[in-house]
Amino acid sequence: MKRLLIAAAALISGLFTLQPVSAQDSDWKDVLDEAKGQTVYFHAWGGEPRINAYIQWAAREVENLYDVRVVHVKVSDTASVVSQVLAEKSVGKTSGGGVDLVWINGENFAAMKTNELLAEPGWAQSLPNWTYVDTENKPTVLVDFTVPTDGQESPWGMAKLVFMFDTARLDTPPASLDALLAYAKSNPGRFSYPQPPNFYGTTFLKQALLNTIADTSVLSAPVDPDQFEAQTAPLFNFLDELHPHLWRQGQAFPKNAAHMRQLLADSEMDIAFSFNPGDASGAIVNGELPPTVRTFVFDGGTVGNTHFVAIPFNSSAQEGAQVFANHLLSPMAQMRKQDPEIWGDPTVLNVADLPANEKALFDTQDLRPATLTPEELGPTLPEPHPSWVTALEQAWATRYGAGGQ
Amino acid sequence: MAKFRPGSNLPSLIVVLLLAGPVLAGLAGTVLPAFGYLPVLGAREITLEPFAQLFSMPGLLQSTALSFWTGLVASLVSLAIVLCFSAAWSGTQTFQRVSRFLSPLLSVPHAAAAIGLAFLIAPSGFLARLLSPWATGWERPPDLLLVNDPYGVAMTLGLIAKEVPFLFLLTLAALNRPEIKSYTKVAASLGYGRMSGFFKVILPQIYPLIRLPMLAVIAYSTSVVDVAVILGPTTPAPLAARLVVWMNDPDLSLRLAASAGALLQLGVSAGAILVYLLFEAIVTKLSSTRLALGHRIKSDGAGRMAALGTMVFIVSAMCLSLLVLIIWSLAKSWWYPAPLPQNWSISALSMALMQTPQILGTTILLGVLAALISTSLTLWLLETKTHAAEPVDHQLRTLIFVPLLLPQIAFLFGLKMLFLMIGLDGSFTAVLLAHLVFVLPYAFLALSDPWQRQDPRYARVAASMGASRARIFFRVQLPMLTRPVLVTLAVALAVSVGQYLPTLMIGAGRVVTVTTESVALASGGNRQITAVYALLQLLIPFAGFAVAAAIPAVLFKNRTALRLDA
Amino acid sequence: MNARTLQNQKGLILENVNIQLDGRTLLELDTTIEPGTVLTVMGESGSGKSSLLDFIAGFLKPDFKSTGRVILDGTDVTTVPAQERHIGLMFQSPLLFPHMSVAQNLMFAIPSEINNRTERQRLAAEALEAVNLEGLGPKDPAKLSGGQQTRVALMRTLLARPKALLLDEPFSSLDQSRRTDVRQKVFSIARERALPVLLVTHDFEDAEVAGGPVYRLDSPATEPQ
Repeated sequence: MKRLLIAAAALISGLFTLQPVSAQDSDWKDVLDEAKGQTVYFHAWGGEPRINAYIQWAAREVENLYDVRVVHVKVSDTASVVSQVLAEKSVGKTSGGGVDLVWINGENFAAMKTNELLAEPGWAQSLPNWTYVDTENKPTVLVDFTVPTDGQESPWGMAKLVFMFDTARLDTPPASLDALLAYAKSNPGRFSYPQPPNFYGTTFLKQALLNTIADTSVLSAPVDPDQFEAQTAPLFNFLDELHPHLWRQGQAFPKNAAHMRQLLADSEMDIAFSFNPGDASGAIVNGELPPTVRTFVFDGGTVGNTHFVAIPFNSSAQEGAQVFANHLLSPMAQMRKQDPEIWGDPTVLNVADLPANEKALFDTQDLRPATLTPEELGPTLPEPHPSWVTALEQAWATRYGAGGQ
Repeated sequence: MAKFRPGSNLPSLIVVLLLAGPVLAGLAGTVLPAFGYLPVLGAREITLEPFAQLFSMPGLLQSTALSFWTGLVASLVSLAIVLCFSAAWSGTQTFQRVSRFLSPLLSVPHAAAAIGLAFLIAPSGFLARLLSPWATGWERPPDLLLVNDPYGVAMTLGLIAKEVPFLFLLTLAALNRPEIKSYTKVAASLGYGRMSGFFKVILPQIYPLIRLPMLAVIAYSTSVVDVAVILGPTTPAPLAARLVVWMNDPDLSLRLAASAGALLQLGVSAGAILVYLLFEAIVTKLSSTRLALGHRIKSDGAGRMAALGTMVFIVSAMCLSLLVLIIWSLAKSWWYPAPLPQNWSISALSMALMQTPQILGTTILLGVLAALISTSLTLWLLETKTHAAEPVDHQLRTLIFVPLLLPQIAFLFGLKMLFLMIGLDGSFTAVLLAHLVFVLPYAFLALSDPWQRQDPRYARVAASMGASRARIFFRVQLPMLTRPVLVTLAVALAVSVGQYLPTLMIGAGRVVTVTTESVALASGGNRQITAVYALLQLLIPFAGFAVAAAIPAVLFKNRTALRLDA
Repeated sequence: MNARTLQNQKGLILENVNIQLDGRTLLELDTTIEPGTVLTVMGESGSGKSSLLDFIAGFLKPDFKSTGRVILDGTDVTTVPAQERHIGLMFQSPLLFPHMSVAQNLMFAIPSEINNRTERQRLAAEALEAVNLEGLGPKDPAKLSGGQQTRVALMRTLLARPKALLLDEPFSSLDQSRRTDVRQKVFSIARERALPVLLVTHDFEDAEVAGGPVYRLDSPATEPQ
């Protein structure tokens, strides 16, 4: 009898310790239960084998841990995913949609948000791993291109503009916009940028705008069409001066970041750039770049942002998608993602505040010589409001993309 | 044997059912937004605003002109090359040898050919590497604008390299008739030179057979996207390539202007076809007076060598491009000026092969089903129409060919909505149906002429022996058409495998094929991966054409009359 | 024409046949071909010979207008589909199916009621023997000489058990020596089996050997009007 009582007490106390304490935890348990057996179609850009392999690894993890099946739908352009959800909404398909989770940020997020194509706000902040997210030093995890995320997307990684050069050909890289112009003038045909609206090309324009505009504060607000021309005059003066000295005299442009990497490796160009600080290291491991390539940034910082995962309003596996998003935020997943041999994408977590074991994972990580340390990377300049992107791209196309000026 | 007497309209009805919905939905999805109607974006008013927005796009005029001229010039030059070469060499050993090279080149997808060509001719490309720095003195690649030039020269060349095999194969089929050979002899015996005999006697007879495909080539070349993106100019880009950018812009309101642009694109293609028809009429008129003048142009040696040279140039360029693709697929690092990779690796290849069995299976299943259905349907349609003694009517023909003429990107948004409304999207069936819309025109194009050229007396002899229609079809007509039917199946398979946007949009990412996978992976620009997938994409159509060539050879080993003698 | 008693009347009757194209009469014919006899039709090219054959065999194109009846062994077959008329056809060229062997060509013609494989093979072999081509069954028809091909085509036609034969200049592609031979064979078999035969030819000798009545079609082009 006595034994039985003890056993019962043990059981009860055991139950108590197992029992989730807060309401939030119980909610999460419901999510986990619901998610069991779900299949999550994760639409994500599929242009980088390293990233694809990482997503596969993460998918295997959540299948083993939570019985959630994640299928990576490789897309070439996130806008086509927006298009798909839009078409589904047009015919009134409010559930059972084809996209359960999408890798997204910036303009595409803004487009989905304003057209009400996203799941109810707030889910992102309710993820258990949200507590590790560095909201203090990385404000872009909450504000995507000046648009508040409202918990409709969950941060996945950090991006920052970095430049690459080959030490075999270049000793001191030009570490400012003016130095870059001077370099291009004395070495014609050895620098270029992808043609906007390519994402990398537009990013370069934004960096140049940030470096040339008189008052950067106007960038956080929507474009004022009346002021636009005056505000961007210095930018276009700079580009007018730069273009005759570009690769192919600015008559053709590299297609994307990988093309720039290739041109750097082939010694067609001297300077390339990327939006991923670990890119050079990864490409060296991959054999895409010679081992002599190094990374640099502009003095005064470069533009940077955060990329996210978002759930469309009609996702057929909302809970499974949340479970996967949460797993992507786990210290283990974030640490692996930051490893240049795996992907090389900086974490969104606040490493300093992590529990000791998890923190150690990051502390012992080898970022390789081609990757800059967080200190060397310098300050991150915030993205302008998305309306600037459209305006810049249009102005650029009118000036340089319309032929025979 | 069972009776085989379906209503003469059943196959027509099936084709209409299969195509009318998608075509109407596709048209509606293009035309309505072009006039400002797209309710989901809050656009509900019929207005010309999208056209105003379209025409305010910087460089629109240049883009339009580029699409028009590159497409038209590429088509005309391709035709000229094919005809001159056939004129100069048909019936010779050389002709046979070249045709053996050209036919497999037909299975190279446009994008793969363009990528290979770009690898080949770029300043840091394969040719420059072979010659540098020992011959050229280029320690570093020179800053030369060879690819993506603003006048679209590289793009035109890319299109030519791809259209020549297509037109050549059709010409070859048209030439491969016994009476044509006798006419060649007659012209020669009257003292006409090889080339002038061809143009004056043979061409007027075979031209009707290559006319329709030629119009399809013009429609395709003026609206091509993938070749334009890889080889074409970007400042500005040709119209079709810009449409895709606008259609995919995160600023969703651009879709309206893009739809208006799709109609403009339709106009560009139609305009190019009209110009071609005008050109055709002028040539016919001019030559009809010259035909009987008796000019025999006996010494055409220089012309013949020029025709051969051009053809050999194109064939070698294509073969070299393929070779470069193969090397790249095995190259880990391959930096200028190394003529061969510094580091080899099969990792990309093995990774692709490991990931692809399922994808490959889906692709083949889709392609084979689409090919079988479209070919059978075409045969059925042709058989009933022959029996009803009325040709395939005009409306039906138009319906079949519309999907070839409209830019896919705009067309597909309407198609996508249709499939969503009937709750079919994202399924294998839906993707198969969407493929059929684009495969059927090619099956029809490839098969209607061989069908009409059959000697009707065979069917009559068989009927007089009491054979039923089904027996005549399956035992006499079909076996005698084995070769064209197999070629049609191979073409249909290749077209199905090549479908990117329809698979992506209708399949909603649930149906993955080698093509959607390659485009997604190639979007990162990694050359090794790009090359591996370009080759994978090429593999299925190539196998298809090889099988199509091998089956008759085995089947008709002892049947002289059915052997191909080029 | 006076009405005939159709019942039990053997032979091929062409009753008041009139074929028109674009409102113009191409030919008119009213005759009876008795079993085992040959009606020879002679005429210039373009005189409507092939339209006549098409009409009798059931292949006349809808743009032609026709009246009159075709009565075969007492049955009106004018509206019967070609494959059920039992009228054998031979053209200028033998038209052996190129994808089949010689024997397969022959077996194609044997009615499906005879479903025993060996019996079908035996019939084909027997047919080859009848025209002195024994052993050629497995051959590719394209490898046969013109005369051999015509003989195979004849046997193929006969194996389908026709009730009448229509011959469209079947000997014109043969050289002189072969021609006499093959022609003799055709006519003797037709007589043996009591088949009415309609022969279209250019060749007076053909008509002579055939021995039956000769019907001349005048080319409408040479006629006034």
